[in-house]
Amino acid sequence: MNNYAIRTENLTRNFGALRAVDNLTMQVPQGIVFGFLGPNGSGKTTTIRLLLGLLELSGGRAQVLGYDIASQADEVRLRSGALLEYNGIYERLSAEDNLEFYGRIWRMPPSERKARIQELLTHFGLWERREEAAGKWSRGMKQKLAVARAMLHRPALVFLDEPTSGLDPVAAAALREDLSRLAEREGVTVFLTTHNLDEAERLCQQVAVIRRGRLLALGSPDQLRAQAGGPRLEIIGRGFSDQVQQKLRSRPEVSAVHLHNTTLTITLTDTVETAPLVSLLVSEGAQVEEVVKGKASLEETFLTLVDEENQPQSKQI
Amino acid sequence: MITDVFTILWKEMRELFTRQPNLRGGWMGMLIFLGVFGILMPLQSGIAWVTAPTTLLIWAWVPFIIVNSVVADSFAGERERHTLETLLASRLSDRAILFGKLATAIGYGWGITLAGVVLGWITVNVVDWQGQLTLFPLLNGLGIILVSFLVATLAAGIGVLVSLRASSVRQAQQTLSTMMFLVIIPLIALPLLPEGIRIRVSQFLVGVNVETIITAGILILLVVDLALIGAAMARFRRARLILD
Repeated sequence: MNNYAIRTENLTRNFGALRAVDNLTMQVPQGIVFGFLGPNGSGKTTTIRLLLGLLELSGGRAQVLGYDIASQADEVRLRSGALLEYNGIYERLSAEDNLEFYGRIWRMPPSERKARIQELLTHFGLWERREEAAGKWSRGMKQKLAVARAMLHRPALVFLDEPTSGLDPVAAAALREDLSRLAEREGVTVFLTTHNLDEAERLCQQVAVIRRGRLLALGSPDQLRAQAGGPRLEIIGRGFSDQVQQKLRSRPEVSAVHLHNTTLTITLTDTVETAPLVSLLVSEGAQVEEVVKGKASLEETFLTLVDEENQPQSKQI
Repeated sequence: MITDVFTILWKEMRELFTRQPNLRGGWMGMLIFLGVFGILMPLQSGIAWVTAPTTLLIWAWVPFIIVNSVVADSFAGERERHTLETLLASRLSDRAILFGKLATAIGYGWGITLAGVVLGWITVNVVDWQGQLTLFPLLNGLGIILVSFLVATLAAGIGVLVSLRASSVRQAQQTLSTMMFLVIIPLIALPLLPEGIRIRVSQFLVGVNVETIITAGILILLVVDLALIGAAMARFRRARLILD
């Protein structure tokens, strides 16, 4: 258990007839940035609420930082920070007072509290405006303040629900860097939900994909990509007839061929020489303008997983 | 837990006194109440404002109004402004949050009431100087302090329970306004009663022992207050609040 920040076993939560979280079993190692991905209404927020002991379980069990969420939720909350669905900023209070309040909640000594507030507000570029009512701020600034609040007491585990939502690209990149650094240097575990799959790909050492409360896949972004399909070739040109496509499909190194407008996508079973395939196309009369070798993005992987609605069981990698 | 209650109290007071000026709560509300009950009414009543036992009834009523002006916001406001869930996700215990909210409403209502009592006493002594300081009769003075506290607690208990259940501040305010109206109905209705009934009521009030009435009133308030706090504790459950 010590190596895992979070461990769930058949975690289940029902709302009447609706099963929001369905037998969720997963482990989140300590000290990593963990991405929790899923479409809207897939159970991400409910899972965070369950892990923080804000909702009662319908079934299963879970340990967070070694504490049982059903019987020791206070201990979990004591050691966690959270930026939930809404930023939770008190808009009538100043930025400084917002952090002061949560610093007092976590019983940080006054001198440490003051220094930490200055450190975080300076880091996020908010220090000069610390005395303004937070309600007058932009959404992005409030989001930065909420992230600062979640990190204020240096928790061992931070839950972040869409943390870069509303941030400008520069601020989002800075935050991603902060989160990576937190996990690497301070051993903080970051449990992150995001719709930005590019962000998850760059930031997360491990990701889980859920849909309708069920775990579809769990592993590193590379593992998930490998699961969704091997390397691929994108060929832009003309003359990709059905006959040409059929010839490609018959080759052992090709697992799938798909034509969309002028782009022919060939999914390969393994990393192989691609020149013979291009030669084949040319010899069959196709006009090739551009050839791009690549692999499926996490976004494509995610979409593939989510589309597989009839998949009978989750894939653990 | 006391430290946590004071933390909530600190935040609530900070919010209360930094909000935009309006008639409900904050500096504006406080100044209006102090102006009416600390200056205007003592000026009209003169020395009787301090010496008459009937002023206890006024001071029993005042904290109810003051607390009602702010308590609707306690949980409904947090829910409406989406700050409740983050607060519930903190290390604070259920009781610390609940008692922090209660302490804010009671502290605000009782504090302004006591400030009004002192200001009224000063006003009376300044404008109607009797050659010496006119003091509240002991029983009346103690009664004002204790009854106003218990009434503030009563209003806070009712208000927090309503606010816990309400989906918006407006809904909580409407419910509390209705309750307020029910409380003041007897005051409005009494002068409208037939003369015979009014005379009988007056004779009854003149005949009763004031000490007995005050003691009984305090005991009843105490029991009701404890019951309300118990009900609020039973109602306050994190999981239920999230679902609400």
